[in-house]
Amino acid sequence: MNQATSVDVKTLAEGLARADRSCVANALNLIDDKRPGAHEQALQLLTAIDGERLNQGGHLIGITGPPGAGKSSLLSALLERWCHRGLQVAVLAVDPSSPKTGGALLGDRLRMSAAGQHKNLFIRSLASRQQLGGLAPEVWPMSRALLAGYDLVLVETVGVGQSEIDVANIVDTTVYVVQPASGDSIQFLKSGIMEVPDIMVVNKSDLGSIATKAANELTQVLHRSEQHTAWQRPVCKLSARDREGIDALEEALKAHRDHLRAQNSLTSGRMQQQVAYIIRQLNDEFGSHGIKKLGGSKQIAAHCQSLHGTGQMLASYNAWVEELRR
Amino acid sequence: MSKPKDRPWLLRTYSGHSSARASNELYRANLAKGQTGLSVAFDLPTQTGYDPDHPLARGEVGKVGVPISHLDDMDVLFDQLPLDQMNTSMTINAVAAWMLALYIALAERRGVDPAKLSGTTQNDIVKEYLSRGTHIFPPGPSLRLIVDTITYSVPNVPKWNPTNICSYHLQEAGATPVQELAYALSTAMMVLDAVRKSGQIPEQDFPNVVGRLSFFVNAGIRFVEECCKMRAFTQMWDNITRERYGVEDAKKRRFRYGVQVNSLGLTEQQPENNVQRIVLEMLAVVLSKDARARAVQLPAWNEALGLPRPWDQQWSLRIQQVMAFETDLLEYDDILDGSPVIVDKVQELVDGANEEIARVAEQGGVLAGIESGYMKQALVKSHAERLRAIERNELTIVGVNKYTETAESPLTTSGDGGIMKVDDAVEQQHIDAIVAFRASRDNKKVGEALARLKQVAQGSDNIMPASIACAHAGVTTGEWAGALREVFGEYRAPTGIDISGQHGGDENLESALRERVAKTGEELGRPIKLLVAKPGLDGHSNGAEQIAVKARELGMEVVYEGIRLTPQQIVAAAQEEGVHMVGLSVLSGSHGAMAEMVLDGLREVGLGELPVTMGGIIPDNEHEALKRSGIAAIYTPKDSDLNAIMAEMVDLTRSHNKLKVFGAL
Repeated sequence: MNQATSVDVKTLAEGLARADRSCVANALNLIDDKRPGAHEQALQLLTAIDGERLNQGGHLIGITGPPGAGKSSLLSALLERWCHRGLQVAVLAVDPSSPKTGGALLGDRLRMSAAGQHKNLFIRSLASRQQLGGLAPEVWPMSRALLAGYDLVLVETVGVGQSEIDVANIVDTTVYVVQPASGDSIQFLKSGIMEVPDIMVVNKSDLGSIATKAANELTQVLHRSEQHTAWQRPVCKLSARDREGIDALEEALKAHRDHLRAQNSLTSGRMQQQVAYIIRQLNDEFGSHGIKKLGGSKQIAAHCQSLHGTGQMLASYNAWVEELRR
Repeated sequence: MSKPKDRPWLLRTYSGHSSARASNELYRANLAKGQTGLSVAFDLPTQTGYDPDHPLARGEVGKVGVPISHLDDMDVLFDQLPLDQMNTSMTINAVAAWMLALYIALAERRGVDPAKLSGTTQNDIVKEYLSRGTHIFPPGPSLRLIVDTITYSVPNVPKWNPTNICSYHLQEAGATPVQELAYALSTAMMVLDAVRKSGQIPEQDFPNVVGRLSFFVNAGIRFVEECCKMRAFTQMWDNITRERYGVEDAKKRRFRYGVQVNSLGLTEQQPENNVQRIVLEMLAVVLSKDARARAVQLPAWNEALGLPRPWDQQWSLRIQQVMAFETDLLEYDDILDGSPVIVDKVQELVDGANEEIARVAEQGGVLAGIESGYMKQALVKSHAERLRAIERNELTIVGVNKYTETAESPLTTSGDGGIMKVDDAVEQQHIDAIVAFRASRDNKKVGEALARLKQVAQGSDNIMPASIACAHAGVTTGEWAGALREVFGEYRAPTGIDISGQHGGDENLESALRERVAKTGEELGRPIKLLVAKPGLDGHSNGAEQIAVKARELGMEVVYEGIRLTPQQIVAAAQEEGVHMVGLSVLSGSHGAMAEMVLDGLREVGLGELPVTMGGIIPDNEHEALKRSGIAAIYTPKDSDLNAIMAEMVDLTRSHNKLKVFGAL
């Protein structure tokens, strides 16, 4: 196999922090690159950007929900306001790959009217590249790289099977979008993913009373299930099309981020994401046998956590990879 | 002769270019040659509601039609043409209400009673979303504009056909006869239902609305089936208008339609063969007296090469004249009546169409089918199937996949390459003219007229009177559409390319290509990522969609954002998406300007080396200049072999990344 060309990791890391468009694009290309050599450089890059900013800066938001719920239109409505306000915003939009051919049509930019119009907005479309609906392994490191330079990083994915759980595992705040009268809310209740959303959105409130009804049902069910938690999960009824109710969602997003900070769980959550990523990578490459050799996933997690904040976590991952390859 | 000949259909030629003055001269010349109706082609900025000095208009002014920005332009366009004697067809959709307002205002300026105006505005937005791509507003407001033009015209301009429901462009996008019947008739019912619901027309006058609704239909080379399709249309429409709308008067139930015959099947190879294709296609719509077209316009033999010249259009007009005046066609009653073969075929089409109409209704109707992408997907699928059939040599196209040996054609070897070229200087002249026009008018009056227009748009009054007032006040096309853009917003239609795997091409070739794509992906470290983009205002997206679908089938990751992108958006997408290659598609003749702007933009962000290919109607003699400017490969209608295109695109990616190329398949 062809060797990846060497890149200047330091320049890339600095560029990422400035949200320099060319550096951001190259950094994402590098993280996506499967050639020998590229992987190590990507890890170097992720290590180089590690620090305070990635521990508690910015806001990493997941937007998921069934097909046709209007996730892209909602995202579009949010992007317009944020870009207008001069915030640095990045989006990772994940579309499914064809299980037969591996090909994919990435059409999300089409539905985001702000695409290509603002210098402070960066959208990368990704194919899921998975047979069973999960999230591609590149998404987490990409979202982390983007966090280095962007105020808001959004991961949009269609909720089919595993992907909504995957996305909840890699973001600070998960927004779950449904539309009324489509059976979405019933499906949601049945599907056993009640833990997934931090914020629930009922889109298409322009449809009138059925939207109100769906929102009421969801509010009841969510609140019944969370008597012991500190975060009362809000249900936002809005119309992305008519740009109505977006304020309330924005407030809810802010409130959730403040809540995480107050609980000190923003940093710990991000650390857990990193640990989970490392274990998943080890598992993908070396299987459960490899994990066992390193003392099991609990041991690995504990070790990682002890290194948190030192910038050494990924270096230690590299050392494990070396060890297992020998 | 036992009885007098029937009156022939209206003989038209779809034309217009460069300027109102040049187009007016062309129209007068055409009428002198025996043309009996006018058919105005507008340029893309006009069709999409921009003035010539708008950034999106760059490279498009005067290219595929005439730019009309205000009442004075309309006056020049119809100079020395008596409006009360003309029958004028305007191919205009999103801004149809505006063009009709200008036409009515011109009549008023000249002291002609608008009640004497006859002709038609195309004004069918559904097929714009599905195929032609010059829509501006979302479905709801678009339908409202159609309803307003109808309810205004029927009492005030009673000889005008305010809308032409088009199945024409559906066939161009790949529709089967059954899909054409079903989608056009579903659209017609949606429009009539909306008019009725608006309450603007008293119930007893409703049959007049039904009687003014006309259609614009396509005819392809399978002319027996096409003839049956016209009979099916006639039969079904008679039924719908009687059963659904209770129209008693048989004359008002008549399926009235105009025709432009098929352009999809016209070939760049051995283009002279297109003449016999055009003749046969025309036969389909004139042969059967009971289902005969009311107006016919024919494409020119060289449409797949570029814009036709006056002589090319004259040839097409003469085809109609020979058919109408030399043959004995118009001496007989319906010559197909009583043929059991025809009866069976018509019934088959009617049954199929009724099933599809029911399916559309089940999905919540036409607008829901647009928004969900259902109808668009169905068309993209049909079109892909057609291309696969050509690939497998099941569909014979003479000169393309069979009988390809040819002597050199004297038709294409003349100095101009056998096509017309619009002078690029025209654009700057129009920009200067519109700036001068705005400076010379009473801008206070313009402001007031526009404020009134917006107020009406926000409410529910008919849009026409305020638009006619705008026309008199000197409002421009860009200002009229801009005001409504503010009120209604803009709409991007679903692309329909998210269809499930399209198979049925040549399996061996495809699996060989799939291997090449996969291997290249491995060597690049990630799957080949391709950006397919349509810059400029041209909405003909069929080619781009088929490339996107094919590339996905072969395992590429394809970014496609639909039509009408600025070069800036395309450059941003190429950079943000980290693509390996960009494929541009331009069919409006503005390929030179678009290529330049995109390539400049890519260079500015350090992506000057990225391979960029271009597809579209690009004359041979312009290929060299485009390649010099940095376009890596050019594909025209002649390149119908998608596999060969894909193989070349894979190799372009490989050589750009310093990998050894595979070579031809």
